[in-house]
Amino acid sequence: MSELLQQLLNGLSLGAIYALIALGYTMVYGVLRFINFAHSDVFMVGAFIGYYMGKLVPEHTLWGGLAVLGAAMVGCALLGMTIERLAYRPLRGAPTLNVLITAIGVSLLLEYTGQVFFGAAPRNFPAVFPVRSFSLGGVIVSSNQLIVIAVSVVLMVVLQFIVYRTKIGTAMRAVSLNPKAAVLMGVNNDVVISFTFGLGSALAAAGGILYALNYPSIDPLMGVMPGLKAFVAAILGGIGNIPGAALGGLILGTVETFVAGSEWSTYKDAIAFAILIIILLFRPAGLLGKFTVEKV
Amino acid sequence: MTKALSTLLLPVFAAAVAGSALAQAPIKVGEFASLTGKEAAFGQSSHKGTLLAIEELNATGGVLGRQFELLTEDNQSKQGESATIVKKLISRDQVVALLGEVASGRSLEAAPIAQAGKIPMISPSSTNKRVTEMGSYIFRVCFIDPFQGTVMAKFARNSLHLQKVALLTSVSSAYSVDLAKYFKETFAAMGGTITIEQKYSEGDKDFKAQLTAVKAAGVDGIFVPGYYTEAALISKQARELELNCPLFGGDGWEAPQLIEIGGKAVEGTYYSTHYSPESSSPGVQGFVKKFRARYADETPDAMAALGYDSVMVLADAIKRAGTTDHIKLRAAIAATRNFDGVTGRTTIDAHRNATKSAVVITVKDGEFKFVETITP
Repeated sequence: MSELLQQLLNGLSLGAIYALIALGYTMVYGVLRFINFAHSDVFMVGAFIGYYMGKLVPEHTLWGGLAVLGAAMVGCALLGMTIERLAYRPLRGAPTLNVLITAIGVSLLLEYTGQVFFGAAPRNFPAVFPVRSFSLGGVIVSSNQLIVIAVSVVLMVVLQFIVYRTKIGTAMRAVSLNPKAAVLMGVNNDVVISFTFGLGSALAAAGGILYALNYPSIDPLMGVMPGLKAFVAAILGGIGNIPGAALGGLILGTVETFVAGSEWSTYKDAIAFAILIIILLFRPAGLLGKFTVEKV
Repeated sequence: MTKALSTLLLPVFAAAVAGSALAQAPIKVGEFASLTGKEAAFGQSSHKGTLLAIEELNATGGVLGRQFELLTEDNQSKQGESATIVKKLISRDQVVALLGEVASGRSLEAAPIAQAGKIPMISPSSTNKRVTEMGSYIFRVCFIDPFQGTVMAKFARNSLHLQKVALLTSVSSAYSVDLAKYFKETFAAMGGTITIEQKYSEGDKDFKAQLTAVKAAGVDGIFVPGYYTEAALISKQARELELNCPLFGGDGWEAPQLIEIGGKAVEGTYYSTHYSPESSSPGVQGFVKKFRARYADETPDAMAALGYDSVMVLADAIKRAGTTDHIKLRAAIAATRNFDGVTGRTTIDAHRNATKSAVVITVKDGEFKFVETITP
């Protein structure tokens, strides 16, 4: 029983990180209808900003940890907005495929520029938050797992508030629904899209920091696998749907953990992806997604 | 023209005057190494060991009254270069033997050419099994991958007195799978039990699921035959789950990053490797001293020690053969028995691989420390 609970906790803390990254994919898709493949590398840059910031603050302190988290989020929000301005905005109105290829290009650019600047060897991420672990009825809970889950929940609530309770959130939803009508209603699409990129990238940075806290070896290609998993999580929950991305991330993380802990550990990715295929067979739009007919 | 001619002739005159020891032509040995490029750190180390051995032999009068001449060529750590270099060393320079390489991939490139030219080749530190399978003229002085599995099984059973052990293998690396297989066989044969086997892939970061399963199974040791990044993360996550039994692995753990990333969590872990400069054996201490004197206080690593041993095994074979004739030299290298090298007592087996001892290293107070030598 305690093993089951322990695996559930492991799975939830992994899933929470996938969920944070998945939110970025889903928000950009919701507004622009394209997959921003550079998102997983913004996640990596977030971890590296944390690495350098971590040297400036004392280790094992709550405020130090939050400062690192904040700096990485602000840094990546700026990076996300810059990428959008330089690489994607000039292609507004071009076929989606062109933007998609550009996104892959930006992704490779970030990965290999990272290798030039940071080097290809893995680095040790500093323990910026206080580290403790305690036992709850045989289940070992580490403070990092709690921080991951707490930060994820807080950020998702804030995101939900921004999207549904603020003016800019309303504008985001308007652009998502019908960009042309939004312009006619006086919404500045450029600002809204830029804001969406900034917000999504900030969440990726938070994911990067949390990931690096739990798995403290960071390198320029660290975003590739988690990025792919988060992308799958976003599709699983229904791409473009914010609660769906969170749900997808949690499901994927939990399934992966349970399979990895069983005797079929070799097949953990295979089984996680097989579940994705099965769910999509029955719900092609994802768990919470609505199937919309493309208007021609 | 005249000047060029005199420069060319000068060494000939010098040799003629120098007397009987130099009267005979030197024994030419070809070395192909990664002196630049991405494996340069390994290649340079190995070359320094090789050079030290050659200089030492020459200072004591060489072998069969002849001096050694080392012809070193750089393959720039590039694929395809070694083949060209080895062809040149054999056909133009007419070397009697070849030494190289650190990387198995490049040894595999050179081996068929050495075999075709019937020139004995000794690899100092290529551990891939296939290298010596390339032909009867190809040898090595290091142990091969599976051997470390056997060594760590013996260490776990005899020195750590472990009874129930978990295996955590990387399925995407042949090295890891090989080590695990031989560990399992030996450990079971010695009366131990493999309680649980878990797997991961190279590049994984999250091992908590596997470790939770290991913890539930109840073991007193975990064998992790992988590389240092994963080993460090696995140790960290095991300690977070309050899994405090010893973890141990093979020479894939040997890198400063193991301690940098693993920190306190890798304290008290063990791994096997070729050699330790801290070993108290007189052979090792003598070598470390000579190496430090020659190379500005640098401590020789395993690659340097193996480079040194590759020359010494060759010199010993030439001495026993009494000639540098390639057929007799090949037979003499193959007949190497209980040769006392820096990296242990070496015997060349029927597959032209070295059977020799390995050393076990532990991490103590943030440093690698020698534990013991394990003989096969």
